Amino acid sequence: MSDHQLDCQRLLCPLPVIRTQNKVKELAVGDTLCVVCTDPGTKNDIPAWARIHGHSLVSIEDKDDLIYIVVRVGA
Amino acid sequence: MARQHKAIALISGGLDSMLAVRVIQEQGIEVEGINFFTGFCVEGHTHAIRNHHKDKEKRNNALWVAEQLGIKLHIVDVIEEYKDVLLNPKHGYGANMNPCLDCKIFMVGKAVEWVKSNHQEGFDFIITGEVIGQRPKSQLKRTMPIIARESGADDILLRPLCAKNLPETLPEREGWVDRAKLYDFHGRNRKPQIALARQYGLNDFATPAGGCCFLTDEKYSSKLVDLWQARHSRDYELDDIMLLKVGRHLRPEPHFKVIVARDAGESKFLEGYRKQYPSLYSTSHNGPMALIDGQFKNHHDVETAASVVARFGQGRTAERVEIELTLPDNGTQNLVVSPLASEAIPAEWYV
Ligand code: SF4
Repeated sequence: MSDHQLDCQRLLCPLPVIRTQNKVKELAVGDTLCVVCTDPGTKNDIPAWARIHGHSLVSIEDKDDLIYIVVRVGA
Repeated sequence: MARQHKAIALISGGLDSMLAVRVIQEQGIEVEGINFFTGFCVEGHTHAIRNHHKDKEKRNNALWVAEQLGIKLHIVDVIEEYKDVLLNPKHGYGANMNPCLDCKIFMVGKAVEWVKSNHQEGFDFIITGEVIGQRPKSQLKRTMPIIARESGADDILLRPLCAKNLPETLPEREGWVDRAKLYDFHGRNRKPQIALARQYGLNDFATPAGGCCFLTDEKYSSKLVDLWQARHSRDYELDDIMLLKVGRHLRPEPHFKVIVARDAGESKFLEGYRKQYPSLYSTSHNGPMALIDGQFKNHHDVETAASVVARFGQGRTAERVEIELTLPDNGTQNLVVSPLASEAIPAEWYV
């Protein structure tokens, strides 16, 4: 199990979702991915994407104009 | 036990594709969705940028639809490949710069590719929410077989909402789906779809007015054509087409245009481009962020741009407004200009 990061700053939805989707394909079950975003739409879209694909949302945090969304890869 | 059959559905985020999936799910078929991002899609981010849409839920309709239907959704970035569809449509354009027929052929073709490259997933056929006669150019009885043939999907392409008006497809012939339980919707009347939605208990759905993308929008299309004319080249990058969705666009000279934010949300969005484009904003009064697309040839151009920007800020009636110009790799300059009066801005500057 390992932790990964993905930079999606300045990308507008659905690009952060697409990048997350493609990155998660390379990860193993139980890994976590922290996606760093600026588009507020990601706060809805990445969790929605995670739910329909069976991944879980660990946290969403706003800090210094950035949004950090952590998902754990499901089976 | 018979094998569970699987379909991949083109999901636009609108009601029709949602219904098409439900109709097929009702027949015991497992469905997954696919959605293509061309860069022109009408999506949540346009709401996210503008202030006055702040209360609207910023959701991606395709994802939302998938969640309602309980299906997986694969979103595919086709920005690069889509350029050829838009720039060289074999079947031409619709009312604006929308190459709908070529676009449909392309998207169904991409779904065929997806089915082939994910053969381990065992998708048997493709479904869309197309309805004969719904859209003036791309959804006609005549164009349905063109889409099936030119996309390479042939008879694995099923349109559950109008299948009864079309020849039988493989899933119907093989008995995977019962043709009798498919529909014969046609024309622009949306009542049958609304009734079916009610029957399924669906009452919250997106109803895009013109189409699924900005290319059906007259103003957007004219900005795109203007961009090509100004550059003497029919090409674009993602940043170009994103910026066409934001701000007022004024072109005082063929070699440059000014993109002026319309509210604080757009100003913030344009700020993100200051490392790539020359930018202007007022330091003496509150006002919008503006970007320059193109080049200044002389100081007169710089002053014109600055006085346009001053016109849209709170200093519009002031005698003098200070404007800061930042060039991506050449530092900043401070200018003092008189704002242009609204009547001094020729109507033809507005792109
Ligand atoms: S409206 Fe846009 S996305 Fe929809 S078919 Fe036409 S060109 Fe394609």
